[in-house]
Amino acid sequence: MAARAMWKGVVNVGTASVPVKLYSAIVSHGIHFRLLHKTDKAPVKQQLVSAETDEPIEYADVRKAFPIARGRMVLLEKEELEELEPEESRDIDVTRFVDPADVDHRLYERPYYLGPDGNMKLYFAAVAALEKKKKEGIARWVMRDREYVGALRVENGYLMLITMRHAEEIIAADALKPPGGRELQAREVKMAEQLIESLHGPFDPTQYHDQYRERVMELIEMKVKGKKPKVVKFRAKKVKDDQLADALEASLVKTKRKAHG
Amino acid sequence: MAEEEDDFEPSGGMRPFWSGNITFGLVSVPVGLYSATRTGGFALKMIGPDEAPVHRRYVCSEDGEVLDQDDIVRGYEIEKGKFIVVTDEELEAIEPRKSREIDLQLFVDRQEIDPIYFNRAYFLVPASGTNKAYRLLAEVMEKKDQAGIATFVMRGKEYLVAIIAENGILRAETLRFADEIRKPADVDLPEPAKPPAAMVKKFEEQIAKRAKKLDLHEFLDERTERLEKLVAKKEKQKGAIVQAPVEEREEEGQGGEVVDLLAILSKSLGGTKKPARKAPAKKKAATTTTKKKTKRAASR
Repeated sequence: MAARAMWKGVVNVGTASVPVKLYSAIVSHGIHFRLLHKTDKAPVKQQLVSAETDEPIEYADVRKAFPIARGRMVLLEKEELEELEPEESRDIDVTRFVDPADVDHRLYERPYYLGPDGNMKLYFAAVAALEKKKKEGIARWVMRDREYVGALRVENGYLMLITMRHAEEIIAADALKPPGGRELQAREVKMAEQLIESLHGPFDPTQYHDQYRERVMELIEMKVKGKKPKVVKFRAKKVKDDQLADALEASLVKTKRKAHG
Repeated sequence: MAEEEDDFEPSGGMRPFWSGNITFGLVSVPVGLYSATRTGGFALKMIGPDEAPVHRRYVCSEDGEVLDQDDIVRGYEIEKGKFIVVTDEELEAIEPRKSREIDLQLFVDRQEIDPIYFNRAYFLVPASGTNKAYRLLAEVMEKKDQAGIATFVMRGKEYLVAIIAENGILRAETLRFADEIRKPADVDLPEPAKPPAAMVKKFEEQIAKRAKKLDLHEFLDERTERLEKLVAKKEKQKGAIVQAPVEEREEEGQGGEVVDLLAILSKSLGGTKKPARKAPAKKKAATTTTKKKTKRAASR
């Protein structure tokens, strides 16, 4: 079943623009559990209550407050909060084009495909131009009362918009000091390099499946039939610093043997 | 990710999200895993008509009974209104044998991983006093620009993960599974059509005009800034301040987590970066980091 468009907008690049439809590029396969009351197996629901009186409160009567210090909050009125909402718009404005290599991939959050909304030629002209320039657009737009910053890219010959996190959400690698200690021995570095080389290969994401999810589904099916699941235990192992070189050496021997055998 | 996570434990705090070993070959690196992305935005508190804080509690939809954690189980709906109860113990029991290990059986060129696969980032910190294997792995991976690939189970879910080294620090970045990413055909995108050269040229010109360096100021949270301005204005008004009892739970709120995170990380990593040690206010820490990055990006 083909996914439906979830939003419509117009990508603006200066004086050039393309009307687009937006589709989620992600499909979730997560197993969804419900919380149940233990005794009667009825679903639980959440209830809002006053912390002082324990009396239930309707959501419509809830007011919002912003904590400013321990135990002190500023009350905010509904109208005041509404004023903070961004103005509705269909514009996806591309403000700049950057070198994709300059973007920390941790900024990327959620990808969406953009499809043409009407004018196919304009759409594929934008694809061709982006591909040729090898750039990635930084775009801003408002969708469903939320402001977004995102990256406009080409994926498999189509436009893709990846929403991006706010800069504050990322902890820069250089904000932290790496662990220190005595200098690593050249021999160990060399062996580790060889070991990594021997384990090097192409990245093929289709090789990986959520096997645990499959096991959970099996468990559920077993329980439907009234059977008991089996238990497997885990054991940890550790390598001390003075054994590091030995472990590396043994690993190299092992991977070599694997390669030749 | 499922939004209605049946997770009772508060997140944040001093303990790592997950702890275990990274293994490559026969070498084990004991690590703890901490979130590398902060929860964005702000958390407004709910206040009742009586100006007292609002709590959420669970009640039974059937008999209205107020429920504790002990009264609640998790169920999978096999048909409408019919549930199979699954316990934590059962889920733990089927976790794979190596659920405490991230076994790197494959190293790939870092650039080979398409950004659409990346989901969330976590910092890995050496878990015990011995950090030599950690430093060795970080150094070699960074030098060779390699990412280690593995699957592992964390909090009842299986993750595909890329281990990446940057600035001597290892990160685990969860990746989406290939079947979680739609292909153009799945969303009914039309067959490519050849665009007129003049149209392409026009786009190219507009792109060229806007080719600039990345500026992280574009990624600041403006909505939070607007909210903070409003709060600052209202703070001076009489009657807008509500006294709220200090609750344990509040300490684990989003604001506190940010400060803790940097402090915990630098402590665990054995670093002495002063700003992090002193645990500065959220705002300050965030802007310092941002500016630094911006400057670096601009100087390229």
